[in-house]
Amino acid sequence: MGKTLAEKVWEQHVVRSADDEPDLLYIDLHLVHEVTSPQAFDGLRTSGRKLRRPDLTMATEDHNVPTIDIDKPIADPVSAKQVETMRKNCEEFGVTLYSLGNTEQGIVHVVGPQMGLTQPGMTVVCGDSHTSTHGAFGALAFGIGTSEVEHVMATQTLWLKRPKTMAITVNGTLPEGVTSKDLILAVIAKIGTGGGQGYVLEYRGEAIEQLSMEARMTICNMSIEAGARAGMIAPDETTFEYLKDRPKAPQGAEWDEAVEAWRALVTDEDAVFDKEVIINADELTPFVTWGTNPGQGLPLGANVPSPEDFVDPSERLDVERSLEYMDLKPGMPLRDITVDTVFLGSCTNGRIEDLRSAADVLRGRTVADSVRMLVVPGSARVRLQAHEEGLDKVFEEAGAEWRHAGCSMCLAMNPDKLTPGERAASTSNRNFEGRQGPGGRTHLVSPQVAAATAVLGHLAAPADLEGELVSA
Amino acid sequence: MEKFTTHSGVAAPLRRSNVDTDQIIPASYLKRVTRHGYEDALFSAWRKEDDFVLNQEPYKNATVLVAGPEFGTGSSREHAVWALSDYGFRAVISSSFADIFRGNSAKDGLVAAVVDQQVIESIWDYLDANPGAEVEVDLENQKITAGAIVEPFEIDPYVRWRLLEGLDEIGITERVQDEIDTYERARPAFKPVV
Ligand code: SF4
Repeated sequence: MGKTLAEKVWEQHVVRSADDEPDLLYIDLHLVHEVTSPQAFDGLRTSGRKLRRPDLTMATEDHNVPTIDIDKPIADPVSAKQVETMRKNCEEFGVTLYSLGNTEQGIVHVVGPQMGLTQPGMTVVCGDSHTSTHGAFGALAFGIGTSEVEHVMATQTLWLKRPKTMAITVNGTLPEGVTSKDLILAVIAKIGTGGGQGYVLEYRGEAIEQLSMEARMTICNMSIEAGARAGMIAPDETTFEYLKDRPKAPQGAEWDEAVEAWRALVTDEDAVFDKEVIINADELTPFVTWGTNPGQGLPLGANVPSPEDFVDPSERLDVERSLEYMDLKPGMPLRDITVDTVFLGSCTNGRIEDLRSAADVLRGRTVADSVRMLVVPGSARVRLQAHEEGLDKVFEEAGAEWRHAGCSMCLAMNPDKLTPGERAASTSNRNFEGRQGPGGRTHLVSPQVAAATAVLGHLAAPADLEGELVSA
Repeated sequence: MEKFTTHSGVAAPLRRSNVDTDQIIPASYLKRVTRHGYEDALFSAWRKEDDFVLNQEPYKNATVLVAGPEFGTGSSREHAVWALSDYGFRAVISSSFADIFRGNSAKDGLVAAVVDQQVIESIWDYLDANPGAEVEVDLENQKITAGAIVEPFEIDPYVRWRLLEGLDEIGITERVQDEIDTYERARPAFKPVV
């Protein structure tokens, strides 16, 4: 019987496999950030262990860092200490670190791919659940806890139970104005926040093949929101073209050798998935969330649901709680929801294509007076690229705040937070209670919906704006 | 890691599903660089609500949490497990756990016991009728006892073994160091280095 992509990558990394124990897998790349690493470095120190492969370990500062005044010391002493601790740890253990101010600094899941460090067929881990992002390259990439971070540091391996596989086949073509963010929100609404538990998802089909690498990363990024630790997409010409000549991509004869190996990383025709879900891309429209988990989403044209629509009593209770927290009335059109803040950024939608598509909507238009809009590039390099293309001007002329790179309002560990009761349209990946600041309310949206919402002051798609798109 | 064989303690019913890691411990507490001292952070937003279960007298000293489905979804933060342990919890019982959360609990000696949602409902009812009652989580025999309710629970056999023995995972791996060395020597040369 044939093998799936996930099974192939898995098997290539098995160091040891024995009955009654999980497999021991080799890890090709370990990404590190300041929040989940200090206790792991401490563990190494206490036990007198070394970091086995500093050359396969890369660190960046992202979760805590400010997005303004980055040349000044970090104002919050606790954040400052955490960042300082990482700088010391990286120096002591010989780990390459991209610090605030470096052109490679940024959100760990934006930096790895843009440097070409994330490649097909690799195993990639990070103490961060959105490591699933890197699966867009046909890598097996997943988030780990701090004990596992320490384990990888010490041994470059992890004990893992072989996951089941699920195919998410997306037929057809995404209509104009519908993005990969809308697609993944629709997938999560369909399979639920626990639907992917125990599985590696493989996104495949025509609509996926047509997507750019950055759009694919948005999809894989949110696999964890469906409960799956990892999501993957088979590498193809789009993948190779994206990687070619990136700083860390193989060069010369090694490139040819690598591409040959990568071409084999597709699910065999006769491989069998443990589960399959089929989605028709042609029918999709912009998708937004109304509740407090990423599975609580609907097409933008729909109305806020009523608890009575749900038969399962615990789900009904959940919906009631969500609506109460979100302060929404059943039956109201989603388009009537007004927002105070728009956040464009995060490892889901903080890449250059995301900024471009939002800028295309905002060009020649202005952000509504009632709205503050934050634009936070995913990395310092994305910011530089945006400058080259004049996107910063577009955002600033529209009245948005143009920031430096980091996680920012995605999880509100730095000063960029919602205040209690404040409502945001956000291109990030989690709408949990208080995620963007205590008492804050989040609607997850695509970059284009974020931009249109900023202009109109209520949830909206670009098609709702008068006149044609003003393009460059 | 401390060994876990059997634990008996006051059980708190948490009648909520999809309890995500941002609820268990908000990001603002993740700035600390220590591995302990997160008891104040556990469910910090909900603990401001008077009617939250852990604010009720018999449950303040609860050591077993009985929660709704999809417990621990969201981020990979092991802090969620540390906060539960620091508060005093030794076991969480639910009908489903997020994969990363379950993995993390196994590393820190917190038992994540899986039973059917019907069993959860019956334990909730039992606890409502007997506030402050103890629930026993017997890892050796893999069963939960709450009054007359005696039910087996699911846990990965390897995890169970490690918890029973209190084994340090890195130590186990170091025993197969040779196999790692052998694998490493055969890795393709085109794989990137940082
Ligand atoms: S941008 Fe948000 S989701 Fe991504 S790594 Fe940062 S905090 Fe996590």
